[in-house]
Amino acid sequence: MSESNTILPALIGGILFGAGLVISGMTDPTKVIGFLDLLNGWDPTLAFVLAGATGSHMVARQLLKDKIPEKFETAKESKVEIDRPLVVGAAIFGVGWGLGGYCPGPALTATIPALGTTLIFTISMIAGMAIYRWSKNKTSSANE
Amino acid sequence: MEEALIATGGGVLIGISATILLAFNGRVAGISGILEGILPPKDAETNWRIVFLVGMIVTGLALAPILPEAFVAVDRPVWLVIVAGLLVGVGTRMSNGCTSGHGVCGMAMLSKRSFIAVAVFLVTGILSATIAGQIFGGV
Repeated sequence: MSESNTILPALIGGILFGAGLVISGMTDPTKVIGFLDLLNGWDPTLAFVLAGATGSHMVARQLLKDKIPEKFETAKESKVEIDRPLVVGAAIFGVGWGLGGYCPGPALTATIPALGTTLIFTISMIAGMAIYRWSKNKTSSANE
Repeated sequence: MEEALIATGGGVLIGISATILLAFNGRVAGISGILEGILPPKDAETNWRIVFLVGMIVTGLALAPILPEAFVAVDRPVWLVIVAGLLVGVGTRMSNGCTSGHGVCGMAMLSKRSFIAVAVFLVTGILSATIAGQIFGGV
């Protein structure tokens, strides 16, 4: 598939993803922290968002999987084994998520409207990604 | 009740977005992976990633005047916000996915790696948010 054919789906996908995050309340970090903080009045919103997103995508996958197997093949994660970076990385992410109230999608969507500490969060998050990407590339080129 | 319906509906929009990206592009709608993919050193396939992220950002801007209450900045000390952002950035790339990549897409494809990642980040997220709530107060 030529690259221009991937642009329109990406644009529509980005718009729907951003709209879903805003409408569901996920760009409000107090709702996310309200779900994760068990001792300050529990807010269940996040569970409904995850159920709606994962559930609908799971149904759509079932309907599509025999029609477009080649797309499913390229979307597969290459790794299958449970390794240390998976568990350690997820643990590190969770700590930051609970402290800041943002995961990457909501942080990016909310950055310009919210500014303030949200902007500081997003810059730090991108810096963290860049640091990891840089250190990983350095390690892999040293091993060659 | 109404809030739960709206939250579920918003979630379904995210699920449709992930389905479009899978069906047309054969790609996973994992935001941390899409974001990392446009950082240097340059990878192949940066164009659709940039367009996807711009779509998200523009939608946030367009909805901000209609739903201003959806965009509050988090009330935590600045040093803590910086630490939180760095941890989210490093952690999501180390584990190769975030709430969307592992949570939405990975669990929908019944990936064992993703179920484990989600269980781990929910547990550490609950621990850190609950402890921070005791130290800095609820948000």
